[in-house]
Amino acid sequence: LGTFEDRRWEATEVEEAAPGDAPSDSQTSSAPETVVTPSQPEDDFQEELVIRPLHSGDIYASFQFRTVWDTDFMGGKKVSHYRLFPKSLGQVISKFSVRELHISFTQGYWRTMQWGQPFLPSPPGAELWVWFQDTVTDVDGTWKELTNVLSGIFCASLNFIDSTNTVQPSASFKPLGIGNVTDHRFLRYATLPREIVCTENLTPWKKLLPCGSKAGLAVLMKSEKLFHSSFHSQAVHIRPVCQDWQCKSTSWELRQTLNVVFDLHSSGQGKREWSLFKMFSRTLTEACPLASSSKIYIDVTDNPQGEQFELSPATPLLSQAVVLGDRRTYSVYDLTQQATFGSMRSLNMLLRWKSSDGECDMMRPLLHGERYVAGYGLQTGEIHTLMYNHHPYRAFPVLLLDTVPWYLRLYIHTLTVTSKGKDNKPSYIHYQPSKDRVRPHLLEMLVQLPPNSVTEVTVQFERALLKWTEYTPDPNHGFYVGSSVVSALVPSVVAMDTNSTQERPLFSSFFPSKEESSYFVRIYTEPLLVNLPTPDFSMPYNVICLTCTVVAVGYGSLYNLLTRTFQVEEPSPGLAKRLANIIRKMRGVPPL
Amino acid sequence: MPRDKAGQFFGSGHTNNWAVTCTSQFWFNYRHVANTLSVYRSVKRLGIPDSHIVLMLADDMACNHRNPKPATVFSHKNMELNVYGDDVEVDYRGYEVTVENFLRVLTGRLPPSTPRSKRLLSDDRSNILIYLTGHGGNGFLKFQDSEEISNVELADAFEQMWQKRRYNELLFIIDTCQGASMYERFYSPNLMALASSQVGEDSLSHQPDLAIGVHLMDRYTFYLLEFLEDIHPASTTNMNDLFKVCPKSQCVSTPGHRTDLFLRDPGSVLITDFFGSVRKVEITMETINLTSPVEQVEDK
Repeated sequence: LGTFEDRRWEATEVEEAAPGDAPSDSQTSSAPETVVTPSQPEDDFQEELVIRPLHSGDIYASFQFRTVWDTDFMGGKKVSHYRLFPKSLGQVISKFSVRELHISFTQGYWRTMQWGQPFLPSPPGAELWVWFQDTVTDVDGTWKELTNVLSGIFCASLNFIDSTNTVQPSASFKPLGIGNVTDHRFLRYATLPREIVCTENLTPWKKLLPCGSKAGLAVLMKSEKLFHSSFHSQAVHIRPVCQDWQCKSTSWELRQTLNVVFDLHSSGQGKREWSLFKMFSRTLTEACPLASSSKIYIDVTDNPQGEQFELSPATPLLSQAVVLGDRRTYSVYDLTQQATFGSMRSLNMLLRWKSSDGECDMMRPLLHGERYVAGYGLQTGEIHTLMYNHHPYRAFPVLLLDTVPWYLRLYIHTLTVTSKGKDNKPSYIHYQPSKDRVRPHLLEMLVQLPPNSVTEVTVQFERALLKWTEYTPDPNHGFYVGSSVVSALVPSVVAMDTNSTQERPLFSSFFPSKEESSYFVRIYTEPLLVNLPTPDFSMPYNVICLTCTVVAVGYGSLYNLLTRTFQVEEPSPGLAKRLANIIRKMRGVPPL
Repeated sequence: MPRDKAGQFFGSGHTNNWAVTCTSQFWFNYRHVANTLSVYRSVKRLGIPDSHIVLMLADDMACNHRNPKPATVFSHKNMELNVYGDDVEVDYRGYEVTVENFLRVLTGRLPPSTPRSKRLLSDDRSNILIYLTGHGGNGFLKFQDSEEISNVELADAFEQMWQKRRYNELLFIIDTCQGASMYERFYSPNLMALASSQVGEDSLSHQPDLAIGVHLMDRYTFYLLEFLEDIHPASTTNMNDLFKVCPKSQCVSTPGHRTDLFLRDPGSVLITDFFGSVRKVEITMETINLTSPVEQVEDK
């Protein structure tokens, strides 16, 4: 048995050592001389880490792990031999006929105006959206079972996702992978804004990686450092992708991403000097042996001649990528090369800032959103959503998705959309009213944002009174309303790369670009925290005490007044008199 | 004889499933979560895997925004021991920790779509250890500051477990005020119970940490943890030693225990029968044919 396994292992290594100019993000099976065991589907694993110093002094680190597997979960044959692709997710895909799955767990809120755009946006809390295959007959039942299974896999309370917080967006959240089906009956979207992220979510997430947390970039993931940050987001994205540019066949892609922003003052101690050891309390010693590519990218666009900060150890590799509408330059460390680790056999990058304070401004994000609740009291209120278009002369349309729980009763006739003080009529509105205790409100609008303007969407609501069993154990904390989602194709300053199968860093290839002049952006606003009229839960006890006291005192007094009679009673006579009375009784004479 | 060895191999073992529950919410009840996690940590150290542990934490202390050291829960002051660790899997957390879910886990009456990690998959050969901590009173234990479980409910749940053959032996440890009242009503066989205080007494907390700002552990569990740190998988310490943990001089309250329903003598019960997952491994050079009947092996 042992030798058979060795032979199998050798075969796969030969396949990966195939001609070096083959694109690394797609394994084509069209080279017959490298396929030794044709029944074995090919899989590929890549890992990368991007470090971007932010203008506020904080530092943004983004991990991406990508496994591509050329297999067919939906076909008749049951997949049983898993190598790089995690078995738990493979079984989820085949059992629930999932076409795309996107789940994210986030702690903190992404501050777009201070930090720029993230590579992968995510709302605070947990977010799950799934496209099912069109062979699924009962989508709601499958969705319920899927959320329960995922709650077991990720140790999260995803079983709280039910019909009261699930929606079917009609225009947002189009599939990110390939596929023709866009019938939104097969799409489900839900968020849990209250969900916390902690080590118990990171542990199963790390176990999905082929090397676990033992080798490669994942050794840097120590929870004590990762959660001591301003923003932490981990996500899993599964989708079908084209294997090559002709797209004759598809393979399954699994991307695990982890984005974290380290705060300068709480973990950096105020000094602008960052190193891998300072950020993660670990250094790197090797790449994951199962990875075909393992790279670290440091954004040095603002530092072309090294005048702002110094990066050590120096690396000759430089790469340019167009990401988020901007052309950025990166210093690259290739961990699959032994020379990267130097004589100490460990890699610890150090970014040390020189004392210059004059920094050039960060490129202003073109799209930005905010949301808040206005009004006073516990009866009514108003939700305001603001969308900023910072482009000086281009207008572009955005799609706004709002999911509001049923206990905030929206009055849609009070919906107003204004830009620059004037009414701005959306060209597409899809509204699904809520049903008490069954489904939430869903509002989707396509709004054209004029250049250099703020667009404000307001709608009034009334707060409902819940049944006393529907309150959480700590109702005075408030109730969360999930973030609004703003999706748009934003005009790009730089021509975007539309060639999707060329070898590109993972962070620039997540959102497919269909045209060169714009790129896709998704923004999440803040979640809202709304107080509902909360009863005093100790009232039953108080009422019982008071009522019983009143009844006892009132009834008792009244009863006594009505039924008590007074009798006159002689006080008992003294001893001498009693003796005299006894003698008189014996004599037959009336007593004294 | 190969047949005897095969018989021994499959005969007397028991698997261990374990349920640990912390029932308190809010940051100032940090010590209850630390109690639960330290017992969880001891049990994992002694060999029980995560798949056999149902861990319920009613609130998040490690990643709570009030925690000055995120992703850590300390049990000793000066932050000596991080009981949260790097490899924790919490099965029920936050609002999922309710009386209903707890009783459903014990009795196995869960909805069909519940994942395996949230179920107590025990059978009649399992030794189960149940550890509860939180705020309690005479005859009840408070869950999430909004509901209670009474000792009668708990006794009935254990009886259901016995009738459904869901345990072989069960050890019940409770660390709350007036904890002994919770095991007064048990009536099912093979139950052993320990409590941190008698009826009418309060269980007290151990020590505060000035940097974190709350009390880190309760006394009974603190000394229980110290006792368990000395146990290793091959240890032969028995239950009588466990009953001696935390005398009145250290605990201020009087710990109690109940063994009348337990069929074996407590002196013969090893600590590792409940806290550890001891597997009897015997290395053999002979092959045992498991497909054909055992008699055929003898004929050879």
